[in-house]
Amino acid sequence: MLFTIPFRTLVWREVERFWLVATQTLFAPAISATLYLFIFGYSLGSRFPDIHGHPYVQFIVPGLVMMGLVNNAFQNTSSSILISKYEGSIVDILTAPISSVEMAVAYALGGVIRGLSVGGAILLVSRLFTPLPFTHVPYLLALAVLSAFVFSLVGLLTAVWAERFDDMAMLSTFILLPLTYLGGVFYSLDLLPPLWRNISLFNPLLYMIDGIRYGFLGVSDVNPAFSLSLTLALGAGLFAATVVVLRSGYKLRK
Amino acid sequence: MTAAPALRVESLWKKYGQVEALRGVSFEIAAGEFFGLLGPNGAGKTSLINVVTGLGRRTSGRVEVFGHDVTRDYLTTRQSIGAVPQELVYDHFFSVRRTLEIHAGYFGVRKPVAWIEELLDRLELREHQHKTVQQLSGGMKRRLLVAKALVHRPPFLILDEPTAGVDVKLRLSLWELVREVNARGTTVLLTTHNIDEAEELCGRIGIIDRGRFVALDRTENLLRRLNEKKITLVAQSPVAALPESLRGLKASLEDGGRRIVVRLDRDPRTLNDALQRVALAGLALDDFRVEDADLEEVFIRLTGARRGADAAAAEGAPAAGEAAAADTVTR
Repeated sequence: MLFTIPFRTLVWREVERFWLVATQTLFAPAISATLYLFIFGYSLGSRFPDIHGHPYVQFIVPGLVMMGLVNNAFQNTSSSILISKYEGSIVDILTAPISSVEMAVAYALGGVIRGLSVGGAILLVSRLFTPLPFTHVPYLLALAVLSAFVFSLVGLLTAVWAERFDDMAMLSTFILLPLTYLGGVFYSLDLLPPLWRNISLFNPLLYMIDGIRYGFLGVSDVNPAFSLSLTLALGAGLFAATVVVLRSGYKLRK
Repeated sequence: MTAAPALRVESLWKKYGQVEALRGVSFEIAAGEFFGLLGPNGAGKTSLINVVTGLGRRTSGRVEVFGHDVTRDYLTTRQSIGAVPQELVYDHFFSVRRTLEIHAGYFGVRKPVAWIEELLDRLELREHQHKTVQQLSGGMKRRLLVAKALVHRPPFLILDEPTAGVDVKLRLSLWELVREVNARGTTVLLTTHNIDEAEELCGRIGIIDRGRFVALDRTENLLRRLNEKKITLVAQSPVAALPESLRGLKASLEDGGRRIVVRLDRDPRTLNDALQRVALAGLALDDFRVEDADLEEVFIRLTGARRGADAAAAEGAPAAGEAAAADTVTR
């Protein structure tokens, strides 16, 4: 069923779409990450002690990579689908011989590719500030792909539900953004008071950020196997939910 | 073995909450046919098309395209259909040419280069092929929608108001292309408000109103059913009342007394009698026309009669027009 021409066309369309507006979709996130690295890592970071034996600038790079990766995976699917709904071109997909499974995978793959592209761009830029040891590469790749997959699906479901760009901005600003910043990009869980540490453990992004730090630096606050398993479980659950939603036609078919 | 019809619809109901958009519609379109679907706004035309294309879900009933159920075998049925939606939908990221390539891909056809070249020429999109869709005028966007619907060479073409906003010259070239496609065996389902177009193009026409067919027949039969001529007298100055000599006829004053319209059956004796009565009336005329009833008359009569019946029924009066409308329904 997968890898049919319609499926491949949709994946390629998703990639081509973000590439056509690369200034917004690739370069802008890389520049944001550069500013974070310059301000927090390079300028202020020299005043902070090492965390888990790594200089502060090196400690924050994995988190910034994950932040760019999940944000852009989310943005790709959510923007693409919401704009298609707004312009009406979603009917092209809904009337094409593409199954709900193919649709979910194709959109998610588009998001994964953009997420990994942005993550890669941030990684390249970070090399100007600090080297990274790349301690567990297979783990790192698996977690990066799964995390992007999870947030691509979150973006897809959000766009299906949203009726206005405001709905999407609301979810992005009030849920995704706090989860990202409170997920340990800039600090270790060990630095938090016990109450906040326990609350943070309910944030799924914490496991992704902590896990990717394990992949790059070999250090982690929580069990890396648990982080990978949790991300895998989230991906599986969201994928099943997405297929059910697409199959039902919720807010898409009349 | 008889080939499966391009479209078979049986007892199709479509409800949006309490609103019944389609009320037990049943009909067939044979493979290769050019079928017109007419009806006033909100009659259920687009709801019907949405169910066929997969954009809408039926409430109950059966819908098959070339013998395949549109829900169970949707991958097969959607492959067979090219549809021009009523709204101007577009994907602003891509150029005209790339839009066509992508659309062909969605329907399993990898870059049909020669056909895309032909469509660009036939629909006069060649000089705009590298523009993004956002840069096109409304008429050009409409032509692009037609090109998209044809790009995977579907055996069943659905055109939902395809000529809205398209100028006369392009409209004619569009119909020439659609006629050619139809002559090569593609089934066409056309919805339009332009009754002249439907009369000229369609071999068979269904008129739908309030979710039900009020007429479904070959175009010439629909016209014959009316069996009527219309005489229009344009007076030099408005008349206050019908002249005495015309009172025995089905005559009415229109346009503030400036026009007198007389409706007759096709019997030549009736025509001769009417012309003598017109002469007797001694009116000073600017113009005089004798016309056969056209599809517009059928349309207005059928859908208008139904509304009249519903209004009368709502007021508790006998539904006099309803029986007349029901008489004209053939399935």
